[in-house]
Amino acid sequence: MRVFIPRDAAALAVGADRVAAAILSEAQARGVALEIIRTGSRGMFWLEPLVEVETPAGRMGYGAVGVRDVPGLFDADFPNGGWHEKSTGLVEKIPFFAKQDRLTFARCGVIDPLDLDAYRALGGYDGLARALQLGAAQTVAEVKASGLRGRGGAGFPTGIKWETVRTAVAAQKYVVCNADEGDSGTFADRMLMEGDPFTLIEGMTIAAIAVGAARGYIYVRSEYPHAIRTMNGAIAIARRAGLLGRAVMGSAHDFELEVRTGAGAYVCGEETALLESLEGKRGQVRAKPPIPALVGLFGKPTVVNNLVSFATIPFILEKGAAAYADYGMGRSRGTMPVQIAGNVKHGGLFEVAFGITLGELVNEIGGGSATGRPVRAVQAGGPLGAYFPPALFDTPYDYEAFAARDGLIGHGGLVVFDDHVDMAKMARFAMAFCAHESCGKCTPCRVGSTRGVEVLDKIVAGDDAEENIALVKDLCETMKFGSLCALGGFTPYPVLSALHHFPEDFAPAAIPAAAQ
Amino acid sequence: MPHLWDSLAAADIITAHEALEGPMLPILHAMQEYFGCIPEEAIRLIAARLNLTRAEVHGVVSFYHDFRRAPAGRHVLKLCRAEACQSMGSEANAAHLLHRLGLGWGETTPDGRLTVEAVYCLGLCACAPNAMLDGEVHGRLDAGALESLAMEVL
Repeated sequence: MRVFIPRDAAALAVGADRVAAAILSEAQARGVALEIIRTGSRGMFWLEPLVEVETPAGRMGYGAVGVRDVPGLFDADFPNGGWHEKSTGLVEKIPFFAKQDRLTFARCGVIDPLDLDAYRALGGYDGLARALQLGAAQTVAEVKASGLRGRGGAGFPTGIKWETVRTAVAAQKYVVCNADEGDSGTFADRMLMEGDPFTLIEGMTIAAIAVGAARGYIYVRSEYPHAIRTMNGAIAIARRAGLLGRAVMGSAHDFELEVRTGAGAYVCGEETALLESLEGKRGQVRAKPPIPALVGLFGKPTVVNNLVSFATIPFILEKGAAAYADYGMGRSRGTMPVQIAGNVKHGGLFEVAFGITLGELVNEIGGGSATGRPVRAVQAGGPLGAYFPPALFDTPYDYEAFAARDGLIGHGGLVVFDDHVDMAKMARFAMAFCAHESCGKCTPCRVGSTRGVEVLDKIVAGDDAEENIALVKDLCETMKFGSLCALGGFTPYPVLSALHHFPEDFAPAAIPAAAQ
Repeated sequence: MPHLWDSLAAADIITAHEALEGPMLPILHAMQEYFGCIPEEAIRLIAARLNLTRAEVHGVVSFYHDFRRAPAGRHVLKLCRAEACQSMGSEANAAHLLHRLGLGWGETTPDGRLTVEAVYCLGLCACAPNAMLDGEVHGRLDAGALESLAMEVL
């Protein structure tokens, strides 16, 4: 009898280890033979800890299991899929799961993340094998044809970036994975590292071979200790299996891969600051050009991609570019692992083809707010993303459609707020966060964010409100166009969207109401 | 428990990492792991060994929020203050706890047992509000659950 319990950090945060221990000891006490396999998370966090058992019909689930449910589960014969009040039925039939297009996250939550055989049994390393057959130029052509765009937020075509590095002439090149997932409301990188780390290793290996790099780094934020442990474990296993190191998979290519830990600086999620940090310096942004594809890590041509971009590569190589490009709309091809979070009933990771509307994601998939109160705002794309009111819920999930409404999809995060939210406070927070995290290199960001906090404080205090609103809008224009990177450049998105869609929260009279 | 300053141990830490490309952050993380902070002596030593100025090393140490110049309390509670946790009431919960402990952000209880710090996102945003206590993660923390968590180590 095989029982599956996640070891994803979010599952651990709600007691997965305690539940696993209770199931094990109850099984021993009752003389029931069962094997517990620790997996990643399926990404349905309102159901965590989600315990699954293998049955002839498929995996049956038991959701939001607590230690006190364990004896009852055994009474109900859960190892054979018996009915219990916590039963979810077949996990893959749960609507939240069944409606997804799990391409990048196909194995996440299904297998033991460090079981290389299980990974290979589900298509793992078929992508690398095909890339080795195709050769570098054809591999890059395949990535181009897939239409994959950078999943970190900028949406730059991945294949074009790779082509630039591939054709650059240098004795040494690098591939760097940006796993500095600092946006609130995002956890796709973390889930993948903890749930299916070989996918990332395989994707980076394909990239390295395609562009001619022999060394790679995964820059992971220090707030993710579980992901770092799993990633390091997977790298050691891959190396022992001949999938990293010298002569990868018996080919003529060498590839060394190493995890590096960040140190609590949000701005290091910006690619040039990340490179500075990897080099051992202050994480200060570099002016572009030159682009990192030509002058990157230690001045060498470097592919810097977001983790989700790399992790999508094995699917594209295994199934072909067309299989990926079949999903999506307009210039947004393929799928996006949308992360629905905050004050939402059904929070989690929902990988879906581009084109679904924001409203469907929040209300139908997410089930509205967790508190049961009306949803008032959704911040899309992290701390630098715009706040959308329900009036804009018809916006399709697509890079261009979000941009047309002065927003961005960023790394795919959605943070839901109910009607208790004070949008003036959220606008102030955006400026304060920028001030806290600014690397200090450019003036619009370093000084503008602090001035922004001051002006917003004046507005809510009713001090020359009209004039100061004009001033903060002007300041936002300066930050947008004058900042070196997205931190200062995009902080205006949450501020301006809050001002535009929720002006009532900035009126001095709103203060007592909001304080209640 | 963090170790007291020991220049031989510090030299060993540097030796263990100096062959890496860009060894600075790995060295600093290892120093902090061992000494509980980055002591002034460590900055001098790193500067000398990596052929940098003390100002350059100081610049790196002071840039990153993770690196401390003095050890934290015996336990460290990191409370998430980012948007997803805010949407579930984290600010009020944190204010309640800090008031109860008589602490401000980043401060340590007078007996040196507990430091409470802000963190901006632990990536557990669908189980908000959340926190990390000594490296262990905790989710769905209402005010009561947060207080009990802190009381476990007090």
